[in-house]
Amino acid sequence: MHRFANPARFLRLAAMIQPWTAAATLLLIGAGLYLGLIASPADYQQGETVRIMYVHVPSAWLAMACYSTMAAASAVGLIWKHPLADLTAKAASPVGAAFTFVCLVSGSLWGKPMWGTWWAWDARLTSMLILFFLYLGHMALENAFDDPTRGARAAAILALAGFANIPVIKFSVDWWNTLHQPASVTKLGMPSIDPAMLVPLLLMGLGFTTYFITVLLIRVRAEIVASKIRAIRMTQIHAAHAAPASEPVAG
Amino acid sequence: MDTLSSYFAMGGYAGYVWPAYLLAAVVIVGLLLTSWRGLKARERELKLLQELSPGRRGRSRDGSEAQG
Repeated sequence: MHRFANPARFLRLAAMIQPWTAAATLLLIGAGLYLGLIASPADYQQGETVRIMYVHVPSAWLAMACYSTMAAASAVGLIWKHPLADLTAKAASPVGAAFTFVCLVSGSLWGKPMWGTWWAWDARLTSMLILFFLYLGHMALENAFDDPTRGARAAAILALAGFANIPVIKFSVDWWNTLHQPASVTKLGMPSIDPAMLVPLLLMGLGFTTYFITVLLIRVRAEIVASKIRAIRMTQIHAAHAAPASEPVAG
Repeated sequence: MDTLSSYFAMGGYAGYVWPAYLLAAVVIVGLLLTSWRGLKARERELKLLQELSPGRRGRSRDGSEAQG
């Protein structure tokens, strides 16, 4: 695994993968939108509002997948002091926050016509709101220290502690009474959802996943460049302090 | 034309369905663009820094720094 620790190796790998994930994102979301918005039927109970599902559910999946990525990267960063892992965790949290935000607002827009309320303080909705605040806290903590390694460590501890929220989100619909419906795709056995709706849902889910990979690669690349900039600035500061007398000679 | 407007009406739920898609599109495209712009801005900054301090490395390699 440490072979990928080398930023140069990572950058080569990212340059290889990125065009494919970007193209896959366009194709998958394009097909998902066509099937979800045009070719699929309205629900017999929920009418046309069921189409909100094709953005709501994939963004919820990715909100959690992104957090799991961030927590795994944080663990690797804490245990093995892997610099690329810290950068990955830092790159992931704004993406996760964006997906959580889309999930919360689209859920609210779905809840109003179907449940009669924009918001309810029940287990699924509240745990998802906590996820949103965990992302915001992670982003704030990353940047709260002058020393980026200290910021990364504090943020990693928050990310790992907050991981306890992920199973709570997943099983909240089974553990508590809630307005939110239980899972219908990942049920044991057959998913209880019509293929005409399942196919666009899965296409959107895959498209969101390849989008996440694409944006994560871009953001990790940006973090690598930023750490190079920091390193150059540091050597400049050190050089200026160490040898002020040599400056006139060099100039 | 009539079928098109009835399509956009989304069975009376247009006010819920379209904002959900619009918001998702704005957030997803916006995040991609800001991430890309951030990468490009940092790459420009790095290039500028490397040009401004041309080769502390290069100089030490050809040994000219030893004279100073």
